[in-house]
Amino acid sequence: MTYTLAGPVDETMASASDTLIIAMIVTYAAALFLFAIEAAYGRRTRLRAGRLMPVGAGSVEGADDDIEVSVRTDEGEAQASQSVLGRIALGVTALGFVFGLAQIITRGLAAGRWPWGNMFEFVVAMCLVAVGALLYASWRYQARFLGAFVLVPVLLLLGIGVRWLYVDPGPLIPALQSYWVPIHVSAVIIAGGAFMVSGAAGITYLVAHRAEARRALGEKVVGIAGRLPSPELLDRISHRFILFAFPLWTFGVIAGSVWADEAWGRFWGWDPKEVWSFISWVIYAAYLHARATGGWRGPKATWINVIGFLTVMFNFFAVNYMFSGLHSYA
Amino acid sequence: MSTRTTENADGAEQARTPDPAAGPGPKGLGPAGWGRWVWRTLTSMRTALILLFMLALGAIPGSILPQNVVSVDEVATYVRENPELSVWLDRFHLFDVFSSPWYAAIYLLLFVSLAGCVIPRALVHARAVRARPVATPRNLGRMPYVARFGTGASPETVLERSRSVLKGYRVERYGDSVSAETGYLREAGNVLFHFSLLALLLALAAGSFFGYRGNMLLVEGDGFANTLPSYDAIYPGHWTDTDAFEPFTIHLDSFEASFIDDGDLRGQAESYVAELSYKESPESEEEQHTLEVNHPLSVDGVQVYLLGHGYAPQFEVRNADGDLVFDQAVPFLHRETMTYTSDGVVKVPDTGGEELGFVGVFLPTAAEDSEGELVSTFPGAENPMVTLEAYQGDMGMVDPQSVYQLRTEGMESLGESPVMAVGDTWELPDEAGSITFTGYKEYATLQSNRDGARLPALGAATAAVAGLLLTLFVRPRRVWVRATRGEDGTTRVELAGLGKTEVAGDNAEFHEITKRLAGRLRSESDDNPHTTSDPRESTTRGSDR
Ligand code: HEM
Repeated sequence: MTYTLAGPVDETMASASDTLIIAMIVTYAAALFLFAIEAAYGRRTRLRAGRLMPVGAGSVEGADDDIEVSVRTDEGEAQASQSVLGRIALGVTALGFVFGLAQIITRGLAAGRWPWGNMFEFVVAMCLVAVGALLYASWRYQARFLGAFVLVPVLLLLGIGVRWLYVDPGPLIPALQSYWVPIHVSAVIIAGGAFMVSGAAGITYLVAHRAEARRALGEKVVGIAGRLPSPELLDRISHRFILFAFPLWTFGVIAGSVWADEAWGRFWGWDPKEVWSFISWVIYAAYLHARATGGWRGPKATWINVIGFLTVMFNFFAVNYMFSGLHSYA
Repeated sequence: MSTRTTENADGAEQARTPDPAAGPGPKGLGPAGWGRWVWRTLTSMRTALILLFMLALGAIPGSILPQNVVSVDEVATYVRENPELSVWLDRFHLFDVFSSPWYAAIYLLLFVSLAGCVIPRALVHARAVRARPVATPRNLGRMPYVARFGTGASPETVLERSRSVLKGYRVERYGDSVSAETGYLREAGNVLFHFSLLALLLALAAGSFFGYRGNMLLVEGDGFANTLPSYDAIYPGHWTDTDAFEPFTIHLDSFEASFIDDGDLRGQAESYVAELSYKESPESEEEQHTLEVNHPLSVDGVQVYLLGHGYAPQFEVRNADGDLVFDQAVPFLHRETMTYTSDGVVKVPDTGGEELGFVGVFLPTAAEDSEGELVSTFPGAENPMVTLEAYQGDMGMVDPQSVYQLRTEGMESLGESPVMAVGDTWELPDEAGSITFTGYKEYATLQSNRDGARLPALGAATAAVAGLLLTLFVRPRRVWVRATRGEDGTTRVELAGLGKTEVAGDNAEFHEITKRLAGRLRSESDDNPHTTSDPRESTTRGSDR
């Protein structure tokens, strides 16, 4: 029997990391405010045709006079509410992202290990991934209009993390002392962050879809709901992130079972955590099938996506606190 | 299968796409008709979707209720606390969800559906892979993307250049046009993915039918031989030959746990290390292994893992005459991991007189809490103390019983001991003898596991991921280029594109192809002094891909 002190924690780094997380939260809150103003009061602007944006009939950019193009699509061109504030918000978000990155690095340095070893650190890392995904989507798909929708769950989760899950940096429990942490946990965190963005886009889609249906009935839709891009576009973005996250989640589950085989003697034992990651996997597989099934594409499939994210969150919070299992880091 | 609405008539896809869920049931068809209807319904996407939901829903009780696969003890505790409800839960196999008939029904149906869906699909795809790209439709104007432009190059040149612009496409010439197709790997990946799931299920089934898993508890200094009776608990598969286990032996030389001693995380475990010596068979050499949480022992195809640990306080018991009748370390089970307050039972059947039994509590770091009660405050043994309650009489040892429980019905209580530190002796009342707490050892609980399907299962899972990546990221698409000589002597070029997925992205790509083709033809005609074409460069901006 031996005892050790609570690890060689670097206090300077630890306090720097704690300051950074507050700075990050404040920054995201500011960005959320700006994004919300843009969404509500921006000018509806046409988005460039591109990877996910439809090429509107006869409106291919870069078409020269010699080439006559006709595109058959029943989808209107993509428009979103935009203003300079959105661009500022994006910059502010990027700043928060840098804070977040620095926070994770300093925390890792403080504890002298990979900075994802407990619930608090998982939440923070997952939010960082979600914000990273938002920045990527803004750059690559011009999907800045998702800003407010992504930052709401991010801020909620960070708030819960700081308020209820916080623990001082320290060493890991023996089960987590493994090279599988960077592999399995990273995969799950990154997939989780992407699922979060997809879920946020999915909810945006549901709002936009409703607005469109009401507009079709001749009602006037005001506020943010009335100024969203077309539902088809939102659906495509949401789907896009599932395409990225689902294989990664699959890989994460497999890596986890290889690790479980090494650590506990069986690769799959129907431990509550395993059960719920299986449930999430099945739900997302159902989402992908639903998109390929007549009559399910659209809001129904999107609800499956939203339920999928809820199961990921449930696995994250409830399973750690409500059920006893081998996977308890709480 | 695919009931997706694609604008085009994709012959191959339509042919194998009877949409059963949309149609009503068979009317006045014979048994064969019914059979076909059931089969079509079963192999439809909609059924697969519903079965997937049921698979997820059915798993939920398996996470909420204690499960026998996870912990038999937790199930036993639950049953003890909810006796009436448990009868009902058990009737529906809710303590064995994942091996229950109803859950098996869901996944077997799903996998029949899967096989019925994927095997025909694989055959169709095998034919498609060998086939030439389809003939160019007469009217390209109906395709989702169409571009037209004129050029001074000859139709022959246009078609020749098209081939080089359509990199990665399989290209086929049909008269005045070329037809090109790419992205075959999507379908191949889809088939691979679904087949891998079938293979994974088979591997899991084989592993559980032929393997075994067992738990044992070893106190420091004890040994273990891998035979059926040596296990505290053993779970063999249906077809496992339990008489022919691998003949290895294991000896626990020492066990060491370390815990964080101060700060917020005080009491959190930091490491567990078990030093083992083992022999693969009675004849082989003895070898050493350091067993840690993420570092199992692999011996003769069996994996041995460290599951947990605990304390085994040592006692000496003397009878009324002062003869030593018991001298052993007794494993105690801990209540929770932050304090390792542990419970156990000492049974002394051979005293020369009446049997003696003790119910004990072991506190590794004993201290008084704010209410003056004695508790353990730390999992490490910093101040080990024991309290005992003694019983005398008949323990009922003729029946098999748990080593962690004392049957006190036939016994009479002799009262409670004072708090005992290492070395303390308690003289029992009524001249019944004495018991001395002489020290403690640690024990480790180990699990051995033989599952021949581990590697095949991993292989199938890896193949599934590979197939998944292909099916999600490869975009099948077709392009046609038709070049006809116009009345003014220039060539009219018509380029049409059809993607099966992601219309927006595909259209952007088709336009890229158009611009590349136009650009190439134009720059060639610039080199050619006989034509008088506009020498403007084609712009290639405008796509954020
Ligand atoms: C264990 C259950 C299953 C899982 C986890 C699963 C998973 C998947 C995934 C991830 C995809 C890719 C979706 C995409 O291309 O966007 C897919 C596609 C597909 N699956 Fe399954 N599948 C399962 C069972 C089935 C069954 C039973 C059927 C047959 C009824 C089926 C038929 C299909 C078809 C036709 C596609 C292609 C859809 C398309 O063209 O987009 N799957 N499946």
